[in-house]
Amino acid sequence: MAGRKVVAAKVGKLGKGKPSGRRGGQLELVAAEAPRVKGRSLVARPARGARGSTPPTVAAPAAGEDPAAAAEAAPQAPRRRATAEQMASRQREISISEFFTKNRHLLGFDNASKALLTTIKEAVDNSLDACEEAGILPEITVEVLDLALDAKGEGEPTKGEGRFVVVVEDNGPGIVKAQAPKIFGKLLYGSKFHRLKQSRGQQGIGISAAAMYGQLTTGRPIRMTTRIGKGKPALFMEIQIDTRRNEPVVTEERQLPDWPSEHGTRIELEIVANWQQGQRFVNRYVEHTALSNPHATFRYLRPRQEALTFPRAVEELPREALEIKPHPHGVELGALMLMAQDSKSHDVRGFLQSAFSRVSPAVADEIVKRAGLNGRVRPRDLAEDRELAERLHDAIGATKIMAPPTQVLSPIGDALMKKGLVSFLNVIETEGPEEEEQLDLDAARKKKASKKEKVAKAEAPAVPDAPPEEGVEKIKGHNYFIATVTRPPKVYRGNPFQVEVGLAYGGSWPADKPIELFRFANRVPLLFQRGACGMTEAIVKTDWRNYLLSQPKGALPVGPMALLVHIASVWVPFTSEAKEAVAHYPEITREIQLAAQECGRKLAAHIRKKQHADYQLQRRSLFELYIQEVATAIGKITKKSPDPIRREFLRLADRVTEQELAEQDAALEEQSRKITRRPRRAEEEQE
Amino acid sequence: MARLDQIDKKTVQKIEHLADTVLKSVKGGKSPFVEIPIRSLANVKFNPRRRLIELGGQKQKRYFFNVSMAKKFMQTFLVSEACKELIDSGKTTSIRDLYYMTKHGLGETKQNTFEEQEESDPIIEDLEVAIDSLREELHLFATGRGSMVGPMTIRDSGDTIDLRRMGSGGWSVPSIVEEHVVQFGKSEAKYVLLVEKDAVWRRFNEDRFWAREKCVIVTGQGQPPRGVRRLVQRLHTELRLPVYVLVDNDPWGFYIYSVMKQGSINLAYESMRMAVPDARFIGLSSFDKGKYKLPANVSIPMNDQDHSRARQMLAYPWFQNPKWQREIQEMVRSGQKFELEALSRRGISFITEEYLPRKLRDRDWLE
Repeated sequence: MAGRKVVAAKVGKLGKGKPSGRRGGQLELVAAEAPRVKGRSLVARPARGARGSTPPTVAAPAAGEDPAAAAEAAPQAPRRRATAEQMASRQREISISEFFTKNRHLLGFDNASKALLTTIKEAVDNSLDACEEAGILPEITVEVLDLALDAKGEGEPTKGEGRFVVVVEDNGPGIVKAQAPKIFGKLLYGSKFHRLKQSRGQQGIGISAAAMYGQLTTGRPIRMTTRIGKGKPALFMEIQIDTRRNEPVVTEERQLPDWPSEHGTRIELEIVANWQQGQRFVNRYVEHTALSNPHATFRYLRPRQEALTFPRAVEELPREALEIKPHPHGVELGALMLMAQDSKSHDVRGFLQSAFSRVSPAVADEIVKRAGLNGRVRPRDLAEDRELAERLHDAIGATKIMAPPTQVLSPIGDALMKKGLVSFLNVIETEGPEEEEQLDLDAARKKKASKKEKVAKAEAPAVPDAPPEEGVEKIKGHNYFIATVTRPPKVYRGNPFQVEVGLAYGGSWPADKPIELFRFANRVPLLFQRGACGMTEAIVKTDWRNYLLSQPKGALPVGPMALLVHIASVWVPFTSEAKEAVAHYPEITREIQLAAQECGRKLAAHIRKKQHADYQLQRRSLFELYIQEVATAIGKITKKSPDPIRREFLRLADRVTEQELAEQDAALEEQSRKITRRPRRAEEEQE
Repeated sequence: MARLDQIDKKTVQKIEHLADTVLKSVKGGKSPFVEIPIRSLANVKFNPRRRLIELGGQKQKRYFFNVSMAKKFMQTFLVSEACKELIDSGKTTSIRDLYYMTKHGLGETKQNTFEEQEESDPIIEDLEVAIDSLREELHLFATGRGSMVGPMTIRDSGDTIDLRRMGSGGWSVPSIVEEHVVQFGKSEAKYVLLVEKDAVWRRFNEDRFWAREKCVIVTGQGQPPRGVRRLVQRLHTELRLPVYVLVDNDPWGFYIYSVMKQGSINLAYESMRMAVPDARFIGLSSFDKGKYKLPANVSIPMNDQDHSRARQMLAYPWFQNPKWQREIQEMVRSGQKFELEALSRRGISFITEEYLPRKLRDRDWLE
């Protein structure tokens, strides 16, 4: 935070010299994206600074707008240290690239371990987005090369920080030559920022920031090879970033005669990274990305370790996410005014219908009527009259408007989540016990030397070879109960979103540790800031004791379980630009809880069933023990041989236990039927 | 080979019937059970006509194929079998003995059929009520306790005993005092005095109170065991001797009297054999502290438990008599209790020479 403030203040001093046209443009950008928390915060800071030359000690921007007012106050104030002219001489524009060079932690490049992960993550996210948009089943290779090792992998591996090359290759549509430099060499350049559509990337910062990080730490430019189709040559480029101007500089460019794939992109980035510390983050990222993208194949190559392959679990692409117009309920006043200014419609009704989703002529009439606007008000009038615009804004808020179209989202889906979990478990089971700790980068940094003990996994109790229960998957000899729930899409602040929860219970997960919580936003795993995340909050607030797990107060439940929470939305409300945690919106929390509860009920039915089976086994042996005694005693009393009596008892015991089991099963099934049949509350159904 | 008398034959038949019933239901594919009358407060009621606590009609089915009942079911048959063996061989033993007879390991486990005697004792009582046989008929006895002297002779297991010549310790009352063991001989006794405490009984014996007053003096050393209660009941019914109960002036003392008079909850099924509804409470009364000028410093303050106990007693149906209500309420009001020994403040033999004779003369007792 400290760094941010300093820069903001500095920009404030410099901003006065900016041409007003530029300033207006920026404001427009700010306002247009106003509901999108992140976009605004990125650009807003220089914009705020541009307002005036107020020294940082003067808090009220109003005072800063008028230098005369500041001068008037001068007699009481301490002696002037610098004149406005002196200060103006030090004020100059800074580029966004420069800004981020000094604030790279905002983007997830805080340290060498995390930078490794972020670099890979940005590249993979882009690859997946591109493949899906082009309708290609993604095949992605992630490779990390330790430069201390030679080509054969011989030599002393890097300990701690060192130079690594990260390679990410996909089979995507490729990039046309004209765009490539800007994509990799210009920050805030991208296709996803200006539209409301579910995608992994949002801002167009990620991959260029990674390139800049590499350039800053190693002086090496990003190397990119791409091919857009059969018959087209592959193109190789080295792209540097001119960090002052935020412009790409192509330092090398050539065509490659032979390139094995028909289309795709490969990037190579040399960065300073800490493989020792960072690899577990990367492992986790790759595993979890494979889990949330069952339609993609991942190959993961690491120094001195066996390659890991996550084959795709399904052969079809997820439903295509669609772009939507903003929903009126999510729009803020300033944004409304700007949209009105840009509108080509002749009247307010037309403006409302064309700029927003779900505004029918009837709804537009209702809004206009409620706002008390007469029919001749033009959209441009709104842009100029704040009061008028506010009336319209209030009217929009008071009008019942159909929720935005939700079929635009692309959830993983029940069945695919299940398949993803199974194939994920299949891979990690071979991997052996992984680090159990939830990722916490601060801790990772502090505990540099400490080797965390590998947690002994509590072996699942041997289950006799009974016919597999529904929902139970046998993976590498371990039985996992898998349940998934995909909630119907819902809306927060005019943005459609959809929550999915999946769980894998049992197997070789440790029974005495808190559950593993896997968080995903638009299929991207969130690995950091677990505690600050709204998803964690929702899971912690769910009472898991109802579902037969133990749960310390205010903490995650304890049990042999991994829980997957996925939120898909056209705009995921992250708490920061590094996209590590989801903000605490009550609508989202509630949906997650409902999904978790639904999953929990399935889990409870399973656990209960399992407990019954164990109990049954126990009581069988108990009865057998007592039958011996009873038969002997009754034999003596009645002067009969105890053996036939024993056999009669045993025969009866079989029948009794079987009968009871059947009854219990029937009861359990009845119960779960009730759960699935249970109607949702009316308010949930309302769209 | 002991000859089985009528009662023994009947008892053995009942045990065999119990086993046969179970065998039949097992063969018929039905879950076997033993039906046992419930011995708890909920299934006990006061019969105001007979003035006895009686067992109600509620029965509990003890199923074998029920995890919580299986062990008890098994134990019931272990005890049944052991009792049958005792009867067959004509021997009688203590309930502690029976516990050891039936205790053994279960299969390969570390469990035992019985872990402690507290487990086997209630099973014996269950069996008693289940087949409606007395403990004595099962050839079992509890630990004997209690002493008796008086101007009479008895026969105990064939020996003639003169209860006038029992020295300072008295005749020790056996656990089984049924007619086939104890018979009454010549008697000059005019009443029976049941004393709560052994020490007070010794005062009466040393002062030869029984010779002077022509009475039988008995103590059960606290709550009288079933042997003493049965013997007192027999003296009352067979020799028509009135029974007086002398206990401490505290809720426990009242309770001892109440059990002697009406029977207890746990042995409600034997009330008619154990209880003497006509038994009289001779002392120590809550009002005696005034009548016999007991100074306050020989009293003991009642504790919380005493208070709650006394309050419970106020609700007992057999204490609804206004005199009893007054008696108990006076104790609650004063918050004081007195031991019998407190009377020694007035002289060592005050209790035998003045207190009791005067109480009897004044007919100062409660019924």
